[in-house]
Amino acid sequence: MKNKIYQFLGFSIITLCIIITLLFLASIIYLIASKGFSSISWEFLTSIPRKSMTEGGVAPAIIGTFYLVIGSIIIALPLGVACAIYINEYSPTGYAVNIIRMSINNLAGVPSVVFGLFGLAVFVNFFGFGVSILSGSLTLAMLILPSIISASQESLMAVPYSIREASLALGATQWQTIKKIVLPTALPGIMTGVILSIGRAAGETAPILFTAATFYRRSYPNSPMDETMALPYHIYALMTEGTHPDKQVAIAYGCSLILLVIVLLISAFAIILRNKYRSTYVN
Amino acid sequence: MNSKKEKIIKLIFTVLAFASLLFLLGIIIVLFKESFSIFKNINVFDFVFGRHWYPTYEPAEYGILPLIVASFWVTLGAMFVCIPLGLGSALYINELASFKQKQILKPIIEILAGIPSIVYGFFGMLIVAPFLQNLFNIPTGLCAFTASLVLGVMAIPTVASLSEDALSFVPKSFKEASYALGANRWQTLVKVIIPASISGISTSIILGMSRIVGETMTVLMVSGGSAIIPKSIFDPVRPMTSTIAAEMGESAVGSQHYHALFAIGLILFLITLIFNVVAEHISKKYRVKLGLNR
Repeated sequence: MKNKIYQFLGFSIITLCIIITLLFLASIIYLIASKGFSSISWEFLTSIPRKSMTEGGVAPAIIGTFYLVIGSIIIALPLGVACAIYINEYSPTGYAVNIIRMSINNLAGVPSVVFGLFGLAVFVNFFGFGVSILSGSLTLAMLILPSIISASQESLMAVPYSIREASLALGATQWQTIKKIVLPTALPGIMTGVILSIGRAAGETAPILFTAATFYRRSYPNSPMDETMALPYHIYALMTEGTHPDKQVAIAYGCSLILLVIVLLISAFAIILRNKYRSTYVN
Repeated sequence: MNSKKEKIIKLIFTVLAFASLLFLLGIIIVLFKESFSIFKNINVFDFVFGRHWYPTYEPAEYGILPLIVASFWVTLGAMFVCIPLGLGSALYINELASFKQKQILKPIIEILAGIPSIVYGFFGMLIVAPFLQNLFNIPTGLCAFTASLVLGVMAIPTVASLSEDALSFVPKSFKEASYALGANRWQTLVKVIIPASISGISTSIILGMSRIVGETMTVLMVSGGSAIIPKSIFDPVRPMTSTIAAEMGESAVGSQHYHALFAIGLILFLITLIFNVVAEHISKKYRVKLGLNR
């Protein structure tokens, strides 16, 4: 009898936990969506800011975030996939791989603001790229590299060994096997990892704070060496800078909603795709 | 000919694979190098345990104890929110959810883990802070308590998702053996499944903590920003991350202030490094012990 009561109490508590969690998260999304919705219009999405950030749209911030994300993926994707191929195909065990694994794990835990400091000291000042899309993309690339490596490695691992052996037995070299057999099979898994990283890179603020972002630009950036507006930084700047807080709040709600929708859609797409892929290939 | 090409390709991959090691070493070197010159003027002890952070005064004072204490308080507070709720959610998904619920809840939690921290900061600043200010009748809603609450909620999906992974690693036979001995579901959960997955659960908690300590934008917007050692949980505080983010823009490159901010970054990096090493150590040790090494 006593045991049954404990079980009832315990199960009630954990049910309550998940209800509270979902309520918290749903209310965040609901409140931002309901207040941000009125700010969104075609003009808001496609025009440049006017009257010192109190009117007009946020198109340069959306475009800026797009450039930063594309830039970081271009840098991190080849590096990440190459690293995963090395770990999984060329050298699955050994001293070197242990060191690489350890550095990936630790790199994944570095706070985002520390990446920002590194980017400031190295890309902005030492290499002289200045506050620019290039510096911001390089900094974001370092941040997303560990997750691209783990996603790629997971999908390489899911490729059955028999396929590799069949290819090698037919006389293909190791590189031919990787290029023509292993990579194409693992590609969907790698892509979902990349899409997830896009969502992450789009929402990060601290790494671009000192390396790429500016509050206000009249024109779109037209070279990688330009500084840029970016959605997440724009939300922060609207709340802490500027002269018309009352009007800026409405714009900030609009930006938050756009960012939230972009990030949630991207990660939902990637996660659903990945789960589908896992259930067809892995088991 | 062919084997030469193969060797070159392998060499290229080997070199590229060391990129993450290069980045990690680069971060360490840069942090040490850029913070070195502050320690020529102030010794490490005075820097870490100094009680006054007045970087813009004449003469400037660089004591980061208030910032460390602030980070510690905010993180501790956030743990009270994210451990019970995150772990509870993981237990629900693992034990009580039907197959269909599981199919829906797991991805939802994972998707929610992706909400950008700036959105939490914005939400905390505009909605949570005024609400708590009225509720508790305090002078400002931007304080350690609010920061803890918002950060705690932010970390729930991370803790829940990783803990659920750990719970699902427990072999089915453990559960069946426990039922066969007459234990009910709750007893099995508390006495068999949780102990068996405790390493994974602790790892998820430590990684959640590491994420909270290093979180920047949310605390920057919500914690209030005053660099004094807090006396109550409703005092405004200025954790390490938000100090770096807020002050780097106004410090001249190469100034004492600039180097002091890098020194804070170094200490922050070392703290999270310790968390990660401990987490890795725990997960390795216990997995081997339980025969779950895979």
